[in-house]
Amino acid sequence: MTPCVELRDVSLVYTSDGHAVHALEGVSLSIPRGAFVSIAGPSGCGKTTILRLVSGLMPATKGQVLIDGQLVTGPQKRVGMAFQNASLLPWRTALQNVLLPLEVVQPHRSQFQARRKEYEAEAYRLLQIVGLDGFAHKPPYQLSGGMQQRVALCRALVHKPEILLLDEPFAALDAFTREELWGVLQSLWMTQRCTVIMVTHDLREAVFLSDRVFVMSSRPGRIVSQVEIDLPRPRTLADTFRPGFVEYVHAIYDRIGEVRSTPTGGNA
Amino acid sequence: MTEAVRARLQSILPPAVTIALFFAVWEVGCLVFSVDEFVLPRPTVALASYFKWQSAIWPNALQTLMTTLVGFGMAIGAGVALGAVIGYSSLMYRALYPVLIAFNSIPKAALVPVFVIWFGIGTVPAILIAFLISFFPIAVNVATGIATVEPELRDVLRSLGASQFDIFKKVGFPRAAPYFFASLKVAVTLAFVGSVIAELGAANSGIGNLMVIASSRFEVSLVFAGLLVVAAMGVALYAVFALLERRMVAWAYRGR
Repeated sequence: MTPCVELRDVSLVYTSDGHAVHALEGVSLSIPRGAFVSIAGPSGCGKTTILRLVSGLMPATKGQVLIDGQLVTGPQKRVGMAFQNASLLPWRTALQNVLLPLEVVQPHRSQFQARRKEYEAEAYRLLQIVGLDGFAHKPPYQLSGGMQQRVALCRALVHKPEILLLDEPFAALDAFTREELWGVLQSLWMTQRCTVIMVTHDLREAVFLSDRVFVMSSRPGRIVSQVEIDLPRPRTLADTFRPGFVEYVHAIYDRIGEVRSTPTGGNA
Repeated sequence: MTEAVRARLQSILPPAVTIALFFAVWEVGCLVFSVDEFVLPRPTVALASYFKWQSAIWPNALQTLMTTLVGFGMAIGAGVALGAVIGYSSLMYRALYPVLIAFNSIPKAALVPVFVIWFGIGTVPAILIAFLISFFPIAVNVATGIATVEPELRDVLRSLGASQFDIFKKVGFPRAAPYFFASLKVAVTLAFVGSVIAELGAANSGIGNLMVIASSRFEVSLVFAGLLVVAAMGVALYAVFALLERRMVAWAYRGR
């Protein structure tokens, strides 16, 4: 079966202030359909760059990025995105923010007026899953940071993307809210079953949510190891204290420690 | 006293007291130092002069209001259009911004004689000066609002296949709205200043013209009455657009 997302020997070099910066070098990875994978690594190792490559917002300098076996050449409409900042539109209510992708992406865009009721029902359903059904008509500034991030997740999923790209989605939240949202994201993913690529530097978060964790070295970024997380789902916060879970976190933590102590980046 | 009344008093009282104090100091100062009325008439004298000349002041004030609003209307149209263009395209920004700065650096009063040569003395120079002076802040504000869309939001929309124009329509334009309305209240007072400046030298009517005539007749108290009317109208125009701003972009104020 062709993997959903595949990177073949991808390198990326960009120039910043006249200097060539090697963001990625020889990155190869393959992600099966419907999997939840995380990319963990020290900051500045090009984790975000991988997401931009997969979404087609940026071309690779060398190598190939494939989705469903097809070469990525431009922005991918099958992709949903969420970032560290919720970046909601402050003049729209939560519900209207969730509806935004449907006003832009085809084929929904041309049917938006005709199917508005149906779309709103879908947006409501998502808001309900993340526990915001009572806040659909509130503007973002009346929502807490965690609530705003929930809305951003709904917005990323409303057009039923095949691939969800998350760039440190919970990094700006406090520890309690963050862990609460792990559960929210897990149940969203279990109902929607899209392929998820999440960038994070929180290893417990990576282990909690993922089927597989890729560990990256610092610049130039490369994949130094991958760890299969073989824990039953749905996972609960109580699980995070069980020995099996803790062992995974330790294993990845040690791997990152090795990578950081060898500045050349280690070997793949 | 209810909460609402108290809140209302708290917002009205401080500026009212300041204004009252200003006039009181002026009045008492003139009396104490026995300032010649020919140099600086007391506010009560200026007020008396206003009531005396009321029938002459009002048609002229309305003429000034008319030229201000026509010029301001043109400035809104042109300012939004140009602001959208330079905010939307960085090429247009680079091409047009220096020219805009250059135009804005010309003192608008220096253009009055030019307009007199082109259009003669009358309403047209006042409208044009009002337009030119108020157009710049609107254009710059609209451009800023559109150009500073968060990169993440741009990525979200681009990854959905949105065109530049979609991003402009869905994000850039609504985002520029608070900047636009903030610029309106500044621009409308500028437009008013522009009209009056033009009328001082190149008009047959208008409050500026009235003041020039009054000063040539040494009616100093009438000049000051004119100044008071100008100030009151400026404040009123500002208030109208400040209120409009509150109404239109309440989301930008986050419940304050």
